[in-house]
Order: sequence, then structure tokens, then C-alpha cells
Amino acid sequence: MARRADRSPALPDKSSFPYVLTAAFAVTFALALRTAQVDPRLLFDRQALTNITRFVRGALPPRIDAEFLAMLVRPAVETVQISVMGMVIAIAIGLPLGLLATSSLTWRGVLHERITGVGRRVLAFVPYGTSRALLSVLRSIPEYVWAFMFVRAVGLGPFPGILAIGVAYGGMLGKVYSEILESVDPQPLEALHASGAGKSGIVLYGLFPEALPHLISYTLYRWECAIRASAIMGFVGAGGLGQQIELSMRMFQFHEVITLLGVLLVLVGAVDLISGRIRAQVVG
Amino acid sequence: MPPIATTSVSQRGWRWTSCLAAAGMLALVVWSYQGARVDLGALMTGEAAAEIATYVAKLFPPDLSSHAVRDAIAGAWETFAISLVGSVLSVCVAFPLALGATRTILYRGVLYEGQNLSSAQKLVRMAVFIASKTVLAIFRTVPEIIWALIFVFVVGLGPFPGVLALGFHTGGVLGRLFGEVLEDVDPRPLEALQSTGSGRLGIVLYGILPQALPQFASYALYRWEVNIRAAAVMGFVGAGGLGQRIHVAISLFHEHQLLTLILAVYVMVTLVDALSAWLRARLL
Repeated sequence: MARRADRSPALPDKSSFPYVLTAAFAVTFALALRTAQVDPRLLFDRQALTNITRFVRGALPPRIDAEFLAMLVRPAVETVQISVMGMVIAIAIGLPLGLLATSSLTWRGVLHERITGVGRRVLAFVPYGTSRALLSVLRSIPEYVWAFMFVRAVGLGPFPGILAIGVAYGGMLGKVYSEILESVDPQPLEALHASGAGKSGIVLYGLFPEALPHLISYTLYRWECAIRASAIMGFVGAGGLGQQIELSMRMFQFHEVITLLGVLLVLVGAVDLISGRIRAQVVG
Repeated sequence: MPPIATTSVSQRGWRWTSCLAAAGMLALVVWSYQGARVDLGALMTGEAAAEIATYVAKLFPPDLSSHAVRDAIAGAWETFAISLVGSVLSVCVAFPLALGATRTILYRGVLYEGQNLSSAQKLVRMAVFIASKTVLAIFRTVPEIIWALIFVFVVGLGPFPGVLALGFHTGGVLGRLFGEVLEDVDPRPLEALQSTGSGRLGIVLYGILPQALPQFASYALYRWEVNIRAAAVMGFVGAGGLGQRIHVAISLFHEHQLLTLILAVYVMVTLVDALSAWLRARLL
């Protein structure tokens, strides 16, 4: 309420905001429509209809002979392994950076009440600012771009896929970890602080016990995303099912694509189920 | 977090299952570590780290010639356009399907209290429900990059297949989220409307939708943040935007230009995140 009262003199008429927003949106959207070359007719012209028919005819029935399925076991297994190892690296990156990016740990709040002097404040701010910036770079570059670059750097195979998930998801985990840690109830921390606990003691016995269920839950949720990502990563040569999907698509073997999507669906479903069960237990 | 008193009854069982889950996760990690044939120790010290360092060194400095910058800006705007139009399309796809996937609108709950549907009517409505749910599930299970491949095949290269891919995949995701919002609305205003004599349409328009729309907007904005990242890689399969330029730059070893493009991705993703967060704060 107070904020609204503060703001109202600055805005000539509060109710004009929706109109300005709508107008801005309409203009941007119109320009975007042109740039994106949206042309619904393309979907219904003769060529498109022929292509759709070709796709559907080619896709049905899906290819489920034993030979093909046997060939898929390895990439499917690899997809799961890439996602798991990727998450291990992501935690290894996200946890330390996330801790540094937690303002209540590094430079303000209960733990730093006794820090006086601007110089020390600024010094404490440096690791915080650096880790925030680093996390933002890691997570803003899509994992496929990371994967493509790692393929160039270390060669084809599952390894670049693992690194890509590790780096991109490390950035996301770090950011969300720091948000979770910042929202922890400060009173137990104050109590620990008052009873003479050091910083690591406060982190271990105050912060983690309170935040752990949420940290685990978010990490598992990210794993669900990682299995989807690792399945697609193969498009740029980073192992897993994606490589096979791209190959089948390029060769117009649509009945193989459908089977591959089915395998992907089963994998994703299984991971969602496991992760959902554990998350319900942990946070419940 | 639940108070300890309420959990202590099942504490022992909880501890057992959590130990089991932790052990299972550990086994999964070990299995993945061996399967993925990755030597993480070597990454820290050895060849892989050197390869990555060499590659990163090659990226610098970014190509800031006016040609490269103009190309990056054009790509960024195209990516922005794809994500915006794709997100709007996804809302258009999601909204009707979400209505069809909401039981409380189709055949049960406050809307149908005291006025039993004939069993034939109910059967038809259940069929609509199941069909909508299935369509949504298919839309969201197929990853956007595979939708992009399919639409490139159907309508040809360019940003338009990217728009369609985002629209379908995100439509499936949003449809499910919208449906959950619709089923979770507070029933009391609906009962109030009903008792004052509103018909079903009135209850939906003045009771359900006003409660759901802010949530819809918030989810749509959140998915826009996801879509800007997806739009940035869509070009890998020929669907325009920055992705296409990144693909070319990586394939032709134009490392300095690649860094310019990656900077463009970073700037744009950060801008869209900030814009979306600001809008969400204003809307809710």
C-alpha cells in the first residue's frame, strides 16, 4: 500500500498503464509477425498437405522389430547416464557458486551485523557479485549451444553432453539454491550465531537442515529437465537418443522417429515418476 | 516445513525410505559414471581441460565489426520475434484445450450441482476430456526441436516452423498448467454466483476465468522466458534466428563471430527475463 502511495504522483494516471502496455504489445507483435514470416496458408497449401500425408503415412505403423529396438538400448541407457552425470557436475558447480551468491551468507543479514566499515563490506561483496554474474552467464546460454561448443572442444560422444548439462544446469541450480537459502528463516541462524557458532557451523547446522528438502526437490525437478535435454543433445553430436532421432528424421524414416519418441516418452515418464515420488516424500 | 510433532509418528518409516532413496540415487550415479566412460579426474587436470581452455581462448576477442554486430542484432530480433509469436500461438493452442481438459467445466463440480447430466451426455463430455488431455500430452511430450524438424519438413525452412514448434510444444505445457489452475479455483465465488441465479456460462465467465486469468498470464510469461532460450537454438535444424547463425559460425570455425552471437543470446535472454519478471510483478 505504501509503495502504491509513493508511486502515484510519479504516474500521471495510474489507469493508463494497461493501455500503454497493450499498445506497445500490439506494435511489437505486429512487427514480430512480419519478421517471423508467419503465413498460415503455408500449412494448408498443396505442398504442405502432401508433406503431412507423407509424414503420417511414413510414421505408421511405428518400427518395432527386435533388431531396431535392440539397437536403441544403448543410446537410451546413454541418455539416462548423461543426465545423471550432468546433474552431478551441475551440483558440483551450482552448490559452491550458489553458496557464494547467497547474500545472507556473504555480505548482509544476521551473520554480518558486526562487520563495520565500507571497505570490508565491499570486499565481502566481491565474491557475491562475481558468482552471481558467472551463474547468470552459465544459465543464459542454452544447453544446446553449450553442447555444440563442447563437441567442438572435446569431440563427439556423451562427454560434451554431460559437460553441457553440467554447465547450463549448474547455473540454474546455483541461482535457485541461493534463492532457497536466502528465504530460510533467519531466527535459528541468529541463535547459532549468538551461541558462538562459526560460519561453517551456521551453514551446516542452521541453513542446510532447513533448506535441504527444498534443495533436493529442486535438484530432482532439474533432473527431469536434464533427461529431456540429454535426449535431444545428440542433435549436435553429443550422444544419446537425439543422434538417432536426427538420423532417422534426415533419412525420412518417420516410423523410426515415432518409436524413438516412444522410448523417450518412457524414459522421461520413468524419471518423472521416480523424482516425483521422492519429491513428495522429501517436501510433503 | 511441517512442525516436528506431526511427522514424528511416521519418522522411522520416513528415515528408512529416505536412506533407501539415497542409496538408490548413489547406485544410479555410480552406474552412470561407469557407463558414460568419463574420467572426471582427468577433466580437472588433463587433456580435456586443456582442450576446453584452448577452445575458449580461440573465441576471444569477439568480432565487433559492424557487419558481425548487425548480423547478431538481426538474429536476435528474429529470435525475439519467434519466441513472442510462438508464445502467443501457444496460448491460443492451450486455452481451448485447457477448457476441454477441465472436469469441473465439463461435467462435475459446482456447475453441475443438482442438475444431473444424462449418462449419454456425460459420456460425450468425458470423451472430450480424455481427448483434450491426450492431445495436450502429445503436444508437450514431443520436444520443441523435434516439432521444429517436423515443421521444417512440412512448410520449409525459415522462422515460421520455429514459431509453430514453440506454439505446439508450449501449447501442450501451458494447456496442462491452465487446466490445473481452472480446477483449483476457489469454489465459493462460484457457489455465490450460482445461488444468485447465474447460468453455467455466467459462472465460467464471471467466476472461474477472473480467478484464473492472472495465473494464466503469469504462466505464459514464465514460458516466454523458456521459449526465448528455445528459439535461440531452433535454428540448429533450420528454423531461423540466432541458432542458425550460431550453427553456421560453429560449423565454419568462425569463433570470434560465434562469441558475438553468444553475447547476443546472453543479452537477449537477460532482457526478456527482466521484462517478464517486471510484467509479472505488475500484473499480480
